[in-house]
Amino acid sequence: MSTTGTAAPATGAAVGHRVIGTSVRRHEDDRLLRGLGRFADDVDRIGQAHARVVRSGSAHAEILGIDTAQARGVPGVLTVITGADLAGIPPIPIRLPRGDEPAESLQPVLAADRVRYVGEPVAVVVAEDPYTAEDAAELVVVDLRELPAAVEATGTKPAATLEAGYGDVAEAFAAAEHVVELELEVGRHAAVPLETRGLVAEYDVAARTLQVWGATKVPVFNRGVLARMLGMPQERIRLHAMDAGGGFGARGEFYPEDLLIPWLARHLRRPVKWTEDRAESLVALNHSRQQRHRVAAAFDADGRLLALRDEIVHDNGAYLRTHGLLVPELTIGMLPGPYRVPAYHAAVDVVLTNKTPCGTYRAPGRYEGTFAREHLLDVAADRIGLDRAELRRRNLLRADEMPHVRPLRALGTDVVLDAGDYPGLLGTALERTLPWRAEAERLRAEGRTAGFGFAVFLEKSGLGPHETADVLVEPSGLVRVHSGGTSLGQGIETALAQIAADRLGVDDTAVHVVNGDTELQPFGLGSWASRSTVLAGNAVDLAAQAVVERARQVAALMLDVPQAWVEQDGAGFAAGGRRVELAEVAAACAPGSRYLEAGTAPGLQARRVFEADHMTYPYGVHVALVDIDRGTGHVSVLRYLVAYEVGRAVNPALVEGQLLGGVAQGLGGAVYENFHYDEQGQPQATTFMDYLLPTAAEVPGVVEALVTEDAPSPDNPLGVKGAGEGGITAVGAAVANAVRDALGLSGDVGHLPLGPGRVAELAN
Amino acid sequence: MKDQHLISLTVNGEPHEVLAESRRTLADVLRHDLGYTGTHLGCEHGICGACTVLVDGVPARSCLMFGVQADGAEIGTVEGLADGDRLSDLQEAFSRRHGLQCGFCTPGFLMLAEAFLAENPGATREEIREAVSANLCRCTGYQGIVEAVTEVAESRRERA
Repeated sequence: MSTTGTAAPATGAAVGHRVIGTSVRRHEDDRLLRGLGRFADDVDRIGQAHARVVRSGSAHAEILGIDTAQARGVPGVLTVITGADLAGIPPIPIRLPRGDEPAESLQPVLAADRVRYVGEPVAVVVAEDPYTAEDAAELVVVDLRELPAAVEATGTKPAATLEAGYGDVAEAFAAAEHVVELELEVGRHAAVPLETRGLVAEYDVAARTLQVWGATKVPVFNRGVLARMLGMPQERIRLHAMDAGGGFGARGEFYPEDLLIPWLARHLRRPVKWTEDRAESLVALNHSRQQRHRVAAAFDADGRLLALRDEIVHDNGAYLRTHGLLVPELTIGMLPGPYRVPAYHAAVDVVLTNKTPCGTYRAPGRYEGTFAREHLLDVAADRIGLDRAELRRRNLLRADEMPHVRPLRALGTDVVLDAGDYPGLLGTALERTLPWRAEAERLRAEGRTAGFGFAVFLEKSGLGPHETADVLVEPSGLVRVHSGGTSLGQGIETALAQIAADRLGVDDTAVHVVNGDTELQPFGLGSWASRSTVLAGNAVDLAAQAVVERARQVAALMLDVPQAWVEQDGAGFAAGGRRVELAEVAAACAPGSRYLEAGTAPGLQARRVFEADHMTYPYGVHVALVDIDRGTGHVSVLRYLVAYEVGRAVNPALVEGQLLGGVAQGLGGAVYENFHYDEQGQPQATTFMDYLLPTAAEVPGVVEALVTEDAPSPDNPLGVKGAGEGGITAVGAAVANAVRDALGLSGDVGHLPLGPGRVAELAN
Repeated sequence: MKDQHLISLTVNGEPHEVLAESRRTLADVLRHDLGYTGTHLGCEHGICGACTVLVDGVPARSCLMFGVQADGAEIGTVEGLADGDRLSDLQEAFSRRHGLQCGFCTPGFLMLAEAFLAENPGATREEIREAVSANLCRCTGYQGIVEAVTEVAESRRERA
């Protein structure tokens, strides 16, 4: 178990060849620190034109006509297109379909007859330079007939209803000694990465090929969608994933612009560039989270859970986007969390409203569900008269109950909780933060409004079904990895290099990872759902093993000994006191080499696939100490601990970095961030003056990260579990519980975010 | 007829002349006319600070300045921090303390911190935290950034 409060300093060269488990310096850092990263807007192609999207200013209206004449007349404008130009192009498909999504709920590329949210694309202007495109876009006149806007999800007819559960819930509630029911809401907040989206597309008329720069997350999937929509073979399209200024679930999905910009490049036979601005991004990029829960639990006289029930309203905004019904499904699939729940029923109404459509945001469904469940458990403990931790101890699944098969599905796979000691980690986290309880008491004695809160959570990671990786060794000794993973700032380039280096016995700096290039790795499924280290990492490990095996064969020929005598020895192979370096073996695999047996393929390389039937289930505990200003209603988070079991940390500093960053984002949703709308569906948070991201002044001075490696996943050879989301999952729950504790509430806090107005209301 | 002006400015010690429309932002002049793409645009309304550069030594949001306003100025961008292959102490500290993840906000934080430390060599960790709250980061949770800047402040004081 490693425990640190800060990112561990990089240690340079690994001890021996164990590169996995070492906080090596990030490969990404050098270029990013020098300003040499390559982000979407950094790409320029000769002769490129610039696109500006015209967006609806109405939340709900019929389009009577669009007058583009004036915009077309602006010198420098090349074209203006509207929905009529794209007739025959289908709406954007769902990436992870269940099969029961209402087809009429999908988003068209450009709205043709009706707009359904402020920010919906209705036209695109292309001009010689971006300033002109923006000027001309102002001159596109969209004639609208306003329709009533649906802003409230509650009371609106759902587009779909999902249910999950097992056991006789009604009977359990009837027989219960204690029943606790709460109504809780989670606000509308979202990923909001610092880099807005951007794309550059170029069509080569002679070769009939299309290249797109600026893809992130799922380039291979998006290439397929683009190919179908453009009517091109996907092999003629190349997407380049590059540096991305944060993803967090929202960036890199297929949005209208992902069709529009390549379509325009082919249409105009000129490279077209588009860079989203922040005002657009705040209404165009996926929102998330907004849900209302009526959650209830039944307990016996000893506080043992008999049943859990939840009725949820999920406000999905105007359309089902690429995630379809995934977030509501994950909410009900993961709601029971790490607990022994004998009977369970949840239903979620997915409601479409005239707001920006929703997708995933880091820990989708779990941030919401964890808040509902863990806040309920605190209220229940108080009502039953049990210590809040004791109530959880009685209900958390024990290590001897693992693996635990739950008759539920999440992300289309059966829920099989793989390995872990949930009460053990809770005990460790509470013991570590014991002094915080005393500190809360001291602060209260001084007249302050301090509170202590914690929450236990279950995560999921490593969604299959597969991921592919190539490992290639060059005669120079340089190793290349072509991965389907994509770099969203998480450091995956470094983690994958470490895994290859570990297996090949080389220094990690000798490994160069190329992520997300659809030509180099056409089988990759991308980086999302905390899957990269689990899926791509194990694929790299398999490919590197295959390379080692092949190298051993060739080394045996070079050393003129039977293969069984050859041993891997650092970055080389040895037998009988003689040794050849891996680089020499790679050179011996070149065409014409006397060691290359007739009929064998040249080169020292391998492509391998790692397949996974089940996800892995990392878990953790969040603990918060807060201090509330009763006058202003401001919640200060003084101390924070996140404890997380990751199975095995490939790079502990990266894991801790993910956790600390997740906590800050979670705090945003717990206290500050909210996309609010007026009654006409006009978004009120359209700048960073209105949509408040936490700054260094709002996050605790020190967030402690407790990374444990006690329960490696039995489902993959590396034993890893994803670390991307555990930092955020329970922040809403832990902060809400701490606020409730501080204010001494007998009931609940009602909703997140706990902005000053709400907190002041609760305080008085 | 566009309203163009010939301006001269020095970036990281290199003199440049550039024809800029009056309304063209300094950020666009640096990024797209002169190729200093290390300066990033995150919000274009002066909140996020990703576009922070030094104008005559003073940190400025290059999205809120016009290029013509920088006529005759000495500009410092992130590309000027390293000495050839050698990263600056602040860049090294950012890497060592995990003060960056996606790296998009990083140039802005580096320029902000350079200017802040130059003016406040005795800054404490708390003062540094307050100073860096001028810029937004969505990945790191700020802790690594504050630690990196604090570490450099201390080591520069020791060397001074």
